[in-house]
Amino acid sequence: MTDFLQLFFSGLATGSIYALAALGFTLLWQASGTINFAQGEFVMLPAFMMVMLLGSGLSLYFAFALTIVLSVVILGWLFKRGLVDPLFKYGMMPIVVATIGLSIAMRNGVRAGYSAEPQPFPQVFPDVIFDVAGVTFSAGDVGTFVLAMVLVLVTQAFLNKTVTGRAMQAVAQNTESASVLGINVPRMIFYTFAINAILAAAAALLVTPTYLAKFDMGEGLGNKAFFAAIIGGFNNSRGALLGGLLVGVCENLAAAYISPAYKDAVALIIFMVVILFKPQGLLGKKEERKV
Amino acid sequence: MKKLNLLFALVVLAALIIVPNFLKNYGIHMFTTWLVFIIATMGLNLTVGYAGQKSLGHAAFFGIGAYTVAIFLKAGLSFWLGLPVAALFCFVVGLALGFPALRVQTIYLAFATLGFNTALWLVMRNEEWLTGGTFGINNIARPSLGGISFDGNLAYYYLVLTFTVVLALLLWGLLRSPWGKAFTALRDNAIRAESLGIDTRSYTLLSFAIGAVYAGVAGGLYASQVQFIDPALFTVGASIMMYLMVVVGGPGYFLGPVLGSAVGVVLPEWLRFAQAWYLFVFGAAVVVLMIWLPDGLLSIPDRIKARRQSREASAARAAAGQGVKA
Repeated sequence: MTDFLQLFFSGLATGSIYALAALGFTLLWQASGTINFAQGEFVMLPAFMMVMLLGSGLSLYFAFALTIVLSVVILGWLFKRGLVDPLFKYGMMPIVVATIGLSIAMRNGVRAGYSAEPQPFPQVFPDVIFDVAGVTFSAGDVGTFVLAMVLVLVTQAFLNKTVTGRAMQAVAQNTESASVLGINVPRMIFYTFAINAILAAAAALLVTPTYLAKFDMGEGLGNKAFFAAIIGGFNNSRGALLGGLLVGVCENLAAAYISPAYKDAVALIIFMVVILFKPQGLLGKKEERKV
Repeated sequence: MKKLNLLFALVVLAALIIVPNFLKNYGIHMFTTWLVFIIATMGLNLTVGYAGQKSLGHAAFFGIGAYTVAIFLKAGLSFWLGLPVAALFCFVVGLALGFPALRVQTIYLAFATLGFNTALWLVMRNEEWLTGGTFGINNIARPSLGGISFDGNLAYYYLVLTFTVVLALLLWGLLRSPWGKAFTALRDNAIRAESLGIDTRSYTLLSFAIGAVYAGVAGGLYASQVQFIDPALFTVGASIMMYLMVVVGGPGYFLGPVLGSAVGVVLPEWLRFAQAWYLFVFGAAVVVLMIWLPDGLLSIPDRIKARRQSREASAARAAAGQGVKA
């Protein structure tokens, strides 16, 4: 039983990182119909930004703060203006293909331009282990989970309780009505991209100490984020949270109890089951299609 | 068929027949790989370009074809038995993959095919008793036909070229037939197509199945060509590259795969010394291409023509307006 609980809780920690990436992905889809295939690389780039800033002598806090600003500018504003805006009128697939190209470019740009080797990263949380009734947790796992959950809940509170947040939701639900009501639609969409950039940078801070910064760290993470977002429900931001945690926990349990070789298949299998039986996701609402 | 396109195709064919005689082994290997990928991407062009489906798992069929032929050859059976079996197997699996396509839409389908590819890759990597796991299968034999042995690289190249031309002609025939029209109807407006009496279910399934067969045959040919296969060739990354090859060449253009494979296979191989930088440029080029030419490189002539026609039309309108005023 203690093994199960340990696996469960460390799965929650990994899952909360997936949830961060999945949440950003879902918000982008809701607000602007953008499927961002480069979401994993959006986590990888801030990780390398921090590695470079740390290398030039800044403390972790300053490096992270600066990375957030850089991410919002590059992964938020530049991404929107340079890629999404020109392609928006062509529909979804050109954006998908362009983000696929972007992910290849980012991955190989870092590989060729910086290094193909994994880069070490300082620990964010102290190296402490708690023991509660025979179940051991590391401070890292607890800290990751708490921090990620706080971010997700803050984002959702922002979206639900503030005027800007509700304006963003309005844009996501019905762009034309929103602009008729005087909401600055392009700015709201930009805020969505900015939030995605911040969430990705936070995910980078939480995942890199354990897994090290490597040019291909985005691939697996991005994949899991996509599946988690769809499992939870693409049109519901709480779905991203549920999907991420579910994938994280099930992966950990499957790796221990079934087979570590098929760990990556867990997200897939849950995804296949969900789209065959409940294609709108576990928490999603059925979408109508206009003909 | 437009005269310019026919001329272009004949020039390419002539080059493909003549040039390898002057190349050394490495050049012949590159050309053979190019042909193999032309076959594979022709299939994907049918699924994605002509039928409008979103298949990001094509490398899985490539792998099924390759492993089937490899396993047959290792078991001592003939290549000429293994290849049709691989094609049939891919057809069946392709049909099976088409079923989720009936239930889910665009982006979910893309993820489902991606998932299928990952699942298959995991099986290839983990099931050592069947596929050799990460060690792969080596010493795959070359086929022989009648008295001709294809152990020589140039001879094998011409075999692959024959396959390519035959399969291309078959696809051309398919696309010119009513089936081809049904596929494009499916792509452009599936619901309207259905209301016109086209069985969208069957055509969706068929587009996956036929695309899969092409990839499977290509995989089988590739296995005998390189004589060593391992799961690394059949990852989601490979699928995505194939998809990009179709998109870069021009989805729905018959010769798109030729151009796309050249960009996706020949160029990186040629520029292997700078591989990471090449992929960086390739990725960036895809982004720029999407912004500038979303219909692929082969849409350039069409665009020039469209621009010329619209200029002529506005000139005609201006002249007519002048005429009315005067």
